[in-house]
Amino acid sequence: MVEHYLSLFVKSLFIENMALAFFLGMCTFLAVSKKVSTSLGLGAAVVMVQVLSVPANNLINAYVLKPDAIAPGLDLSFLSFITYIGVIAALVQILEMFLDKFVPALYSALGIFLPLITVNCVIFAGVSFMVQREYNFAESVVYGFGSGLSWAMALVLLSAVRERLKYADPPAGVRGLSLTFIISGLMAIGFMSFSGIQL
Amino acid sequence: MADDVKAPTWKETLVDPLIANNPVMIQVLGICSTLAVTSSMKTAFVMSLSVTFVCAMSNLLVSSTRNFIPSSVRIIAQMTIIASLVILVDQILRAFAYDLSKQLSVYVGLIITNCIVMGRTEGFALKFPPLPSLLDGIGNGLGYGLVLCLIASVREIFGSGSWFGMTLFETVNNGGWYVPCGLLVMPPSGFFLVGLLIWLVKSYRKDLIEAPEYKTHKGGC
Repeated sequence: MVEHYLSLFVKSLFIENMALAFFLGMCTFLAVSKKVSTSLGLGAAVVMVQVLSVPANNLINAYVLKPDAIAPGLDLSFLSFITYIGVIAALVQILEMFLDKFVPALYSALGIFLPLITVNCVIFAGVSFMVQREYNFAESVVYGFGSGLSWAMALVLLSAVRERLKYADPPAGVRGLSLTFIISGLMAIGFMSFSGIQL
Repeated sequence: MADDVKAPTWKETLVDPLIANNPVMIQVLGICSTLAVTSSMKTAFVMSLSVTFVCAMSNLLVSSTRNFIPSSVRIIAQMTIIASLVILVDQILRAFAYDLSKQLSVYVGLIITNCIVMGRTEGFALKFPPLPSLLDGIGNGLGYGLVLCLIASVREIFGSGSWFGMTLFETVNNGGWYVPCGLLVMPPSGFFLVGLLIWLVKSYRKDLIEAPEYKTHKGGC
């Protein structure tokens, strides 16, 4: 039983890495990876929101949206996208208010990143994958944590590489964005070596 | 970015995003789907059409309601409009192109969080009247589609020797002469192609080159 959850966790962390295997959350991945310290903050925020929103949407999906969930013959699954994004936006807002009130140090450390997470596709994709693969509640908690952590890990790794790249001397047109793309491509090839593993 | 306070002409809104202010290459928006759906031309084409539709309609709707929505709830309001449009696209795809919608899997839903759509409603539609916004949405959608189709063409032609599923080069597996480049079918190649494309653009547009953060011993630039 524990083994099942452990393999799900490892799978979501390495084999199905959100950033480097599915290419999600790329806009923030490329924009906020200049320094390790900022990317750690954003990574922590994403993990937190992901852990909350995937299980929450799992419950909503199971008890509200699924065919015959509320009343027999009632299929609300066409409302799924709009419900998920609403839940995510609400959760981010609640988390922001909660942190502001009870953990002000963390709140000021996360700063601007927290509200921006609503439009980060990692969260939405995590929810969509969870629905598509029909995880149960406990699996969704594990999956939320694993997939959030996978994205945060890739972000921190990339920012560490980019901190060193400051001292490199590439052609002028490649400098900055273009180089970041190529580096992420190489990292993605590295992560592809996990793809054959069966758990 | 390029939005002035005065309303731009229709030509600027429609043509500029295609090359000069391309959403993917210059504004760096909507990268996720650019990388994920470009392994074959068919998915890239459907994705471009869907994004163009959602971008144009959401720009039109947000712009026509821009005077009624208080700015404190505007993100949620935009999200609702965009999500409704994406649901529409998703249902249409499921009804008429079921196989394709399976192939695109979660990426259709992810149009909601595609930064191009959000960026254009926030950056353009909130400031300008409906008609220019509609054109801006179409222009940006097409600019996105252009890059998508370009990358997908390279990946499909050299990766599997075909284009839109039609065989161009007979591959070795089918008794032909062409040895396909396996790397191009795999997702990381999208990164390389976008990176090289940005390099290409920057060698024509010198003004976009980023300043070095650190001077090397050669004196940098």
